[in-house]
Amino acid sequence: MLYAVLCYDAESEVNAWSKELDAKVMADLGAVNQRYAEAGKLGPVARLMPTTAAVTVRKGVTDDIVMDGPFAETKEQFLGFFVLDVETLEEAITFARELSAVNPANGTYEVRPLQYFNPGVPIT
Amino acid sequence: MTELAWIDLALTSARPQAMGALLRYFRDLDMAEEAYQEACLRALKTWPDKGPPRDPAAWLIFVGRNSGIDQVRKRARHQPLPPEEVLSDLEDTERDLADRLDGAHYRDDILRLLFVCCHKDLPATQQIALALRIVSGLSVRQIARAFLVSEAAMEQRITRAKAKVGAAGIPFETPDAVARAERLGLVAAMIYLVFNEGYSAGVPDKADTPFCAEAIRLARLLLKLFPAEPEIMGLTALLLLQHSRLAARFDKDGQIVLLEDQDRSLWDRSLIDEALVLIDKAIRHRAPGAFQIQAAIAALHARAKTADETDWLEIDLLYQTLERLQPSPVVRLNRAVAVSKREGPEAALALIEPLADKLNGYFYFHGLRGGLLKQLGRYGEAHEAFDRAIALATSSAEAAHIRQHLDSMQRERTAAEK
Repeated sequence: MLYAVLCYDAESEVNAWSKELDAKVMADLGAVNQRYAEAGKLGPVARLMPTTAAVTVRKGVTDDIVMDGPFAETKEQFLGFFVLDVETLEEAITFARELSAVNPANGTYEVRPLQYFNPGVPIT
Repeated sequence: MTELAWIDLALTSARPQAMGALLRYFRDLDMAEEAYQEACLRALKTWPDKGPPRDPAAWLIFVGRNSGIDQVRKRARHQPLPPEEVLSDLEDTERDLADRLDGAHYRDDILRLLFVCCHKDLPATQQIALALRIVSGLSVRQIARAFLVSEAAMEQRITRAKAKVGAAGIPFETPDAVARAERLGLVAAMIYLVFNEGYSAGVPDKADTPFCAEAIRLARLLLKLFPAEPEIMGLTALLLLQHSRLAARFDKDGQIVLLEDQDRSLWDRSLIDEALVLIDKAIRHRAPGAFQIQAAIAALHARAKTADETDWLEIDLLYQTLERLQPSPVVRLNRAVAVSKREGPEAALALIEPLADKLNGYFYFHGLRGGLLKQLGRYGEAHEAFDRAIALATSSAEAAHIRQHLDSMQRERTAAEK
């Protein structure tokens, strides 16, 4: 079985970390990752940029609406994610619009840049 | 992380929100601060045993408000009660408080807290000191050290600033859209001042003070409150880009390293990436502003892999746009650097000579002018300009940098005479 492990925390506190503390936390997490990667069990790992860097693509009546900021509704749940390598935010938004167009549900796509990405090892 | 370190972080990040709400309740900076301090003391006592509250800011506001009310009641025995409207807000139930915590109240609370620090009668240094003390919660000692004054002097400065703010009256009505936009503009300018106080000091020890990091934290906070404001995106991006070069701006002897000579591998890519995204976001709004343009200029430097790859044409055009938006001799001076790269020192010199009257007391004017004259081989005039720059330098690193110019000019002249 594949599992996704999602990290939640108070962003304002994490952003108040000193550079040294941030580096130490990343190194400590990296050490745990390393053990699982060596056992062939760890796929991609990503750290997201602050929510201030996010935009959200929402279904509109005629066209999708692009809004500044992160996804903030609590009545919907986090269902999945995609990792995309493109040059500009505009391209990423286009991708989200295409997903939205073929997705019959009324869901929302948040576009959040990654701060850190490790592709991990191939897992099955 | 130790327990104490964790609590300290939680208190730091909850501070603007909690102080903003307490200021709304008590309508007085000192009273809000006292109440906040008391709440922090209780947090240090109870959080280690009971564990962290789910919402530290809400906890601090609730406890701070109650302790503040106690204080008011104690004082009331000795002096007449404050006017009714000061107290009328204090009887809210806890549930009401919880409602308020989700609401847009917070946004205006924090904006107000920042806004009172940029009162127009306060000189820039006092605005900076007040914001760092009240909003960021830096100690008077930390602020005093960065301003190179004694703790007592800084304490006095902050007390005076607070008195001025109090006397002017703190605006408590909820601002309309126009007033809010105006406040936002002033607050953004104040945050930029805080950053520059740390950044432009030109000494590595001072660049290490928490000023720059604090300014970035405040800018991010503001952006979180106003996620669709392109100028706040621009401000945040600009600060991130400037800060990304911190490690490359001074050599091991503490000497200034110019942008074109910096080791670009020392630039903080993660800050740059975040800034580039924010600029992309801002551009979508098609509402250019001064911070966005300055960020775009900084981004062109950040995108160039080497100094030679810098897109000076685009930078020149952006400076021209900035000049139209916000005409200023300093902007023209900056544009002259781009012009010197594209068209040579003569064109740049022609551009800045008319600024001599306005910028006569400005270090960078004489520094740049000296550099251009030196490139043109007009050594005598260059020497005079450099001497003037040294006299105007505000730090030893600035003066040392100009002396390097003088030394290299001396070598050029000697070589030419041989």
